[in-house]
Amino acid sequence: MTVSSDLDRRFREAAVALDLVDMGFDVVDTPIGQLFVAASTRGLAAISFEADPDNQLERLARIAGPAVLRSPKSVDAARRELDEYFAGRRRVFDLALDLRALPQFTVSVLHELARVPFGETTTYGALAAAVGRPRAARAVGTVMNRNRIPIVLPCHRVIGSGGDLVGYAGGLDLKITLLELEGAR
Amino acid sequence: MMHAVTIPPFEHFYEQHRIEVHRLLRRRLGTDRADDAFQETFLRALRAYRRLEHGEHLRAWVLTIAQNVALDALRRSRPSAELVETGIEDSRPAYEDLADLTDGLPPKERAAVVLRYGYDLSYDQIASALGSTPDAARQAASTGIRRLRRSASS
Repeated sequence: MTVSSDLDRRFREAAVALDLVDMGFDVVDTPIGQLFVAASTRGLAAISFEADPDNQLERLARIAGPAVLRSPKSVDAARRELDEYFAGRRRVFDLALDLRALPQFTVSVLHELARVPFGETTTYGALAAAVGRPRAARAVGTVMNRNRIPIVLPCHRVIGSGGDLVGYAGGLDLKITLLELEGAR
Repeated sequence: MMHAVTIPPFEHFYEQHRIEVHRLLRRRLGTDRADDAFQETFLRALRAYRRLEHGEHLRAWVLTIAQNVALDALRRSRPSAELVETGIEDSRPAYEDLADLTDGLPPKERAAVVLRYGYDLSYDQIASALGSTPDAARQAASTGIRRLRRSASS
């Protein structure tokens, strides 16, 4: 005999309701495949194209503490907004973000990134200039590469100054798909 | 110098121990009451999890919590003689026999006896599992054993 899925669900819901979870996560189905999504009480903390949670949990524990638990409720808001985005019904995400444990430069760049509108693109150099470090395009590229919350923090909207796509954590095909979804290509 | 064992994400801890915890609670409380006790056990564990200083002996730790939850449940319902599910497996681990034998001991002594003689943990390990000192753990185990001897001979 094993633990019934109903009992398992009740425990996970109670843990969240009692505010005992530092970081809740779940795997979310989307038209581009399954995404690993994690959120704390502060906000959305991670989205990963690698849906297998096992490789992510240690990293989340280092950010938020060891009380990391799969709990669908924790990511309900993110799931809803991602659904709306992929259905073409949402252009701006209203989710609070948990950017704990990131260096100040990274946070500044991500704040600028968040302002790049749906359906438009910018360049690494332009983002660098926007945070007052016009020569730091390469460092901005590294920030994009390590972006913990892709899609919601739209690093897919950042391309090379010559118009080339450069790269994407989920693969260039996915970058193209997202830009097409937004009508930017 | 011993390296502290890193505390695993709770999800891994839960996945690793939930079946054994549920089995123990079913045996102690019966199928009907095991589910509530299961939830209570892991909520207690989760509440204490952030305060753990290392990840050693987590199995003994969560089984001790489960024993205490079961004990609380049994105390609350002593007069009703519910049939407890038994005999799913033929060979019971030592800690489960001890769990029954030590039912009447005060909680601290009971935990110390079960961890020492059921899990074969050292007093250092028991102290860290119970948040106590090695001397206090030794004392609790030996008082518990004396008490068991007395009740066995009376």
